[in-house]
Amino acid sequence: MVDASVRTSGLDGVTPAKPATREWRPPTYWPFVVPAVLVVGGVIVFPWVFTVWMSLQGWKVGEPSRFVGLSNYARLFTDARFIDATIHTIIYTVLAVVLPLVLGVFAALIFHAKFPARGFLRGLFVMPMMATPVAIALVWTMMFHPQLGVMNYLLSLVGIPAQLWIFHPATVIPSLVMVETWQWTPLVMLILLGGLAAIPTEPYESAQIDGATQWQMFRFITLPMLAPFILVAAIIRSIDAVKSFDIIFAMTQGGPGNASETINLYLYSVAFVYYDVGYGSAIALVFFLLVVALSVLLLYLRRRTQWMELGTS
Amino acid sequence: MIRQWLNQAALVFVAIVLVSPAILFFIWMISLSLKLEIDNSSYPPILIPTKVTWDNYIQVMQSNRFVQYFVNSLIVTGSATLLGLLVGVPAGYGISRMKAMKAAFVVLIARMTPGLSYLIPLFLLFQWMGVMGTLLPQILIHLVITVPIVIYIMISYFDTTPMELEEAAIIDGAGRWQVFRHVALPIAKPGIAVSLILAVIFSWNNFAFGIVLAGRETRTLPVAVYNMISYDQLSWGPLAAAALVVTLPVLLLTMFAQRQIVAGLTAGAVKGG
Repeated sequence: MVDASVRTSGLDGVTPAKPATREWRPPTYWPFVVPAVLVVGGVIVFPWVFTVWMSLQGWKVGEPSRFVGLSNYARLFTDARFIDATIHTIIYTVLAVVLPLVLGVFAALIFHAKFPARGFLRGLFVMPMMATPVAIALVWTMMFHPQLGVMNYLLSLVGIPAQLWIFHPATVIPSLVMVETWQWTPLVMLILLGGLAAIPTEPYESAQIDGATQWQMFRFITLPMLAPFILVAAIIRSIDAVKSFDIIFAMTQGGPGNASETINLYLYSVAFVYYDVGYGSAIALVFFLLVVALSVLLLYLRRRTQWMELGTS
Repeated sequence: MIRQWLNQAALVFVAIVLVSPAILFFIWMISLSLKLEIDNSSYPPILIPTKVTWDNYIQVMQSNRFVQYFVNSLIVTGSATLLGLLVGVPAGYGISRMKAMKAAFVVLIARMTPGLSYLIPLFLLFQWMGVMGTLLPQILIHLVITVPIVIYIMISYFDTTPMELEEAAIIDGAGRWQVFRHVALPIAKPGIAVSLILAVIFSWNNFAFGIVLAGRETRTLPVAVYNMISYDQLSWGPLAAAALVVTLPVLLLTMFAQRQIVAGLTAGAVKGG
């Protein structure tokens, strides 16, 4: 299998595209792409164009639409529920990126070392990542049950008083983040495992000769060499965390009250509970721009670190 | 010697601690699904059932049209994956060979976009087409998941396959299509396997599209399980059994195809929602 860093960098245009001989240029490969262009046009581009148009309409399903200009967008600024949802999204995303990253670095270091049954244990560690989110949300909901749940029982074993978990506004987001961390730390671990495999052994050998401690080797060799991979993991995790839906929806529907309602869930309510497709489209577009801005920012950071790497080496 | 042995034991111990949340969760899930209701509703919780029972599974299979929803899931995921491969593999090849980075970027955007935001326009389109109430809307919208995954993985795969053989075949007079069919495609089999596995998993796991588009007849398994929550709030046994049945296919796939999944995920294609 090819090294992960080579494979991921392909799309960023970081690997310079070497122009081959003239015969290898377009348009000869277009027939291969045409079906995909049609599908992508139909299910990805068309929806976006339509969404932009709809976001300028005052339109509820079953009623005639009318042009309202940017008033749907203006409404966002005074919509307390949207503002709350944005705050929840930010808190949720930050927590659901940082925790899996920290745990993932630790897990990758452990699983990079050689020990008996490593492959088997790593296999178990990866399982939550692939499990159906709704199914695990369901079981977590039972585990969080305040009276009968196993989580409160486990807490009682170590003398911590029972919690309300997802049933209390103050603990609902941390509880959901716990589930998200449980499910997605393995992904961070896998990406970083690829990074650790790519680090050459020479720096460690010379550090050992110089009498460096384990911590110093981690701090001054492993961590800097791993930085680009940590950033890749951060990018993927941020994009996924910000649009998290299944777990939150299945476990709390945004509640209690609106305490765990993120933008994605609010978008669902506006569009498919109130059928206010005009306003829903405006939310969808703002949300989309938010995700793209986040991605571009992180990709930019990634370019910079790669440039720095080139500059210092 | 002893020091090294201790070191290994410590590593195994830490690894087991790291894995324990996953192990405990799945054991608890299995335990809930095999216990009688009386054991499930007792406190402190009982891990080892006093009596193992398959009743929960039988109840799930007999009620709620579970078999029909299973078949629905198979049809939606199967069709969306096959169409995704049919469209995505050649596209990945074309984009890779043309070095069409802009096209690749569109695919990347599609992967970043919140899936739910495709739903409003497509929902209206499906209503207008009069196909609501069939599985077609779900198959089509699952292409939003499968096509970008397949294209993305295939681009990075074809980027790493050597061009020499293809150039040789062209010099021998083979057409583009023949080169693709007889040279590029056989080499790309592992990449296709990776795309297939990940497309299946993310399509199978999808919930958001189903919750909006599925009617009573056309629910997929994740939606059916979600609906059971409100239907039967306090019977934990059948709920856990249903949850296990939904996620078992992907867990089995994960166990058998771990290496491929790791390769595909680290290539950058991640979850579909």
